[in-house]
Order: sequence, then C-alpha cells, then structure tokens
Amino acid sequence: MPHKTFFWFMLPSALAMFLFIFLPIISVVVQSLYIEHEQVLIETENCGPFGCVPVVAVDTEATQALRDAEPLGRFNGLGTYTDRNHLAFAEIGAAWTGTESWGEFLGQVYNLPFYKALSFTLTFTFVVTPLVIVLGLFIALGVNSLPRLLKGPTIFVSLLPMIVTPLVGSLILFWMIDSEGILGATLQRVFDDNALSLKASPTLTWIMLLVYGVWSSAPFAFIVFYAGLQTVPEDTMEAATIDGASRWQRVRYVVIPYMAPLVVFITLIQLMDNFRVFEPIVGFSAQASATSLSWIIFNDLRGQDVQLFGSAAATSVLTILGVAVLLCPVLIRTWRDFNRKRV
Amino acid sequence: MAAAAHRRSTGLAVLSTGFVIFWVIIASFPFLWTLWGSFKVQADFFSRADWTNALTGARTIVETGGPFTLNGYGGAWIQEEFWRAALNTFIVVFSVVVISLTLGTLGGYALARSGFRYAFWILMLALVFRAMPHITLVSGYLLPFFEWNIWGYLPTSIIVLVAINQPFTLWMLHSFFLNIPKDLDESAMVDGCTRFQAFRHVIIPVMWPGVITTGLFSFLLAYNDFAVTAVLLSQENQTMVPKIASFLGSTFEEGNVMFAVAAVISATAPLFVLILFFQRQIVSGLTAGAVKG
Repeated sequence: MPHKTFFWFMLPSALAMFLFIFLPIISVVVQSLYIEHEQVLIETENCGPFGCVPVVAVDTEATQALRDAEPLGRFNGLGTYTDRNHLAFAEIGAAWTGTESWGEFLGQVYNLPFYKALSFTLTFTFVVTPLVIVLGLFIALGVNSLPRLLKGPTIFVSLLPMIVTPLVGSLILFWMIDSEGILGATLQRVFDDNALSLKASPTLTWIMLLVYGVWSSAPFAFIVFYAGLQTVPEDTMEAATIDGASRWQRVRYVVIPYMAPLVVFITLIQLMDNFRVFEPIVGFSAQASATSLSWIIFNDLRGQDVQLFGSAAATSVLTILGVAVLLCPVLIRTWRDFNRKRV
Repeated sequence: MAAAAHRRSTGLAVLSTGFVIFWVIIASFPFLWTLWGSFKVQADFFSRADWTNALTGARTIVETGGPFTLNGYGGAWIQEEFWRAALNTFIVVFSVVVISLTLGTLGGYALARSGFRYAFWILMLALVFRAMPHITLVSGYLLPFFEWNIWGYLPTSIIVLVAINQPFTLWMLHSFFLNIPKDLDESAMVDGCTRFQAFRHVIIPVMWPGVITTGLFSFLLAYNDFAVTAVLLSQENQTMVPKIASFLGSTFEEGNVMFAVAAVISATAPLFVLILFFQRQIVSGLTAGAVKG
C-alpha cells in the first residue's frame, strides 16, 4: 500500500489516539510539575475597644482570581514527586536512620500513601496473574473432557464473572461477604466469632480482593486455553498414549508445551489489566486497608473539595513508568521476533 | 493392568467433573443469589438472624404482603431516576461502538495491508497505549476539559472512550483483515478500482464477522467503564456504572441499599443477554489474538 493511501486510511484513528492518549500523557507530565496556588492571605487590623489586633484572613476573591489566571498552579519542579504523598525521600531517609530492624523500616514505609498503594498493586498483579493461569488451565482441561452437550452451558456460565462490569461484580461479592450477607454470616457462625468481619481486617480485605481478581479473570485464561486445547494435534496425543504416557504425563509433556505461547499472551494481558486494579477497591470500599495506584489518582481527582491535579499527575507519571517497566520484556521480545521474521 | 488404568481414569474423570461443577457454582451462584435477593427487602437479603430468610422472604412478606417485591426496582428506576442513567449509557455505548468501528476498520485495514516497517511500530505503540491505566489518562484530560468548558457532557466522554478503545480495536481488526486474502482486493484494483473503492465494494461485504466480534468488545469496554465516566461526567449526565457507585455513597445509610442491588441486577441483565446471543463471537474474539500468536 502506498504511503499516501496508508496515511489517509490511518488518519482518523491515529488522530484520535494522538489527541486523547498521547497528548494526555504529555499533559500529565506538565501538570505534575505544577502545584496548586496557596491561598492569598491578607493581614487586616481588627480594632476593638481594647486596641487593635492584626488578623490574618484568606482573601477568597484574590485566591479565586489567581486560580482563574493560572489554572495550572505555580511551578513546583519535581517537588510534588518527592513530597510525603509520593516518593517521600525525606520520610524514607528518616525511617532508614531512625529504625533498628527491617520490619520496623518496612512498616514505616508502608504507612506512606504511595508505597502502600504500590505494595498492594504489585501484590495484586503478581499473585493474581499466576493463579489465573493455573486455575484457567485446570478449568479448560475439565471442561474439555465434559460431554459435548454440557460444554456450551458451562462456557456460558464461566463467561459471567469476566463479562460483568468490574464494579458490579465486586459489589455482588461484597454484599455476599458483608457481615449480614450470606457468606459473611456463615463465616461468623462457622468460626463462632461475631466480631469476624472481612471489612475490619486488612488481611481479609486483601485476600478478598485477590479472590475477586482471580474470580473475574480466570474465565479469560480458561477460554484462551480451551481454544488452544482444540488445536492440540490428535496424532501427538495418540502417539504419547501408545508410548505409555499416563494422563498426567500427556498433560505435562504434550499439552503444556503446546500452551506455552498462550501463557505468554495471557500473562501479558493480565499484567497490564491487573496493574490498573481500581474498581474492586471502590466496590469493596476497601480504601482503608488496601489502595492501588489507580485508586489514589482517582482519590486526588474526586476525593476532596479541592482537586489535586498536580498530585494526581505525579502519581500518574509514576504509574506510567511502572507500566513501561512491566512492558519492557515483552517489547524487547516482540522486537527480536520482528527482526528475525524480516531476515 | 488395563482395568487399573481404566479405574484411575474414572477417578480422574470424577475429580475433573467435580472441579468443573465447583467452578460453575462459584461463577454463577453470586449472580443467582443477588438476582433472587433483589426481589426481597433489605432485612431479608442482609439477614443477620437467619440466611434462609433470604430464600423464603419472611420479612418481605411481613413488610410488603408478598414473598417478592419490586420496591428495590421502583426505588432505583423511578425515585432515583436510574432510567436517565440507562438512557445515557445507551447513547454513550451506541456512539462509542459505531465511531470506534468506523475508525478502527479503516486503520486496521491499512495496517494489515501495509508491508512497511512503520505499520509494525504503530501496532507496538498501540500496545503501549493499551497498557496505560485509564485513570492516568483521565487525570491528563481533567484540567484542560475544565478550562475549555467541555467537562461533564456526553460527547466528551464518547470521544474519549473511542480513543481509549482504538488500540484494542486496531489490533483486533488488523488480525481479522490479515485473514482476508490479499488477492481479493488486489484483483479488484487490477480491474481498475482505487484502494478505497476496493475497500468499499470488496472488503466491507466480507468483513462483518470480524467487525461484529470487535464491536462486542468495544461495547463491553464502553459499558463497563467506570474510571472515565465517573470523573468526566457531571451528576445529571451520569451513566449506569457511576450512578450505581453514587447510590452507595448516598443510599447506604438510608437503608436503601436494595436500590443499589436492583440497579446492579438491571445493569447486568443486558450483559447476560449479550452472552446468550453472542457467546461464540466472544469466545472467538478472546482467542483471536492468542491462537494466531
């Protein structure tokens, strides 16, 4: 296809991506260098019968005028990145010198908002992804050996947790594990502990979020593996059976190697999707015990009376850097494959 | 020996069937439970005393006179004006699907037919863009949108969702167009068509299976979105998902959590119907990227 034709075919789509994906990334970088204006203070003298007292008050009009004139705020350089709510270099330095043991140090670091969110995001990403792959493979093997008539309905039911809106899915589970919902109440009865509440315990909240993550993503891995199983060649399986391979050996030495490229694909998609975990935290109202990078950005934009654009932008930039690190191996791999194909 | 092998395989069959049944229950029970509970009153669905109340509806009979009640649905759809959110969702989702498929087919076709190196780079860039968490992009839009006074309106969200959808749509349609033989449009061009005429008269008639599958996924992305619509839409233009989230903030204390339960079921129903009719396309779409590498 000539360059000119390609250009015209590609233009609308490329323009949309340029305007609403590329420019926002630039906008985020710029915004992260600025911070909200401080309130304009005026000093007046409050004179009463006992003499005059200087009073400092907020000049609302002047503050508003300043905000309207420079909506970006004032230039702050990298100040937002290093403050307490982000990378918190000063606090980490203090914790490093001020604490005796690793546990104590990590405990103090964990109390900083950014690191708290980062630790949950990474845990979620790296716990849910392998579990999803394993569970998906087992479901696929199970469904594959079902009678033909049952396969369709099983796949239909299996799609539900994945297709359903993440917020809705997490709410449905949340209501069930509520201390007055069916699972929560049953757990209380089983353990005979009326104070047992998934909402009150950080550990249980983390586990619940991880369970939700596996529940909602396993169908995706299942479907991909299931489709892959249909393409495993019959002859190879037969040959393995004749050679005396047991069922498990056939799975281990024939099916799993055949699935390897699919594992790469699922891992890639799952890493990208799990890294932006956000809706379940809103759905489970889990922000007290678990926050994610996406959630703290949302909180800066929606949480307070004043929107903290600079703070949200700085977290966004750090998140984008995280995504870049995650994607690096994949991109390098694809680049090598591409070059090999060209040669 | 043969009998032993056979016995072991029945044991395994039982185990694997049992596992599938277990999974089916895990996957479907929460939905069935919530669907059933949405026709009860709060005292039954969140019953501290006895979970069987939710099945029999003991409190529901006391409070409303029958074992099933539509109070939750009435409260959500009429009193809290959930119908407005449903209408907004319909507008947003329909526009997003139509626009992103139009842009995506053009771009995907060009990428599939161009042998140049930059086509590969555009696809790679699209992959990187797809990995961007949506909320980071939203944080980039918010301030400019406020400044230009386009914050809060449906068209703004539509165009943003279209753009966020593009990387995925491009990838998927690109791989579908690769499956349509090159000879088809090239022979049309030998016969004197321009590239666009070949696209219009030869490719469009045969591309529908791929477009429908991609459309389903565009639909899901727009329908399920929370990050973009929750931040970029004003209160009165809210779509269903942020509306449900706002129920939680405003109605939990009032004892009207059943409104949210009813709204959740209402929002799930279209997805249910969607899988019912398009199960095959969804499955083939999920695997399109994977099986072909």
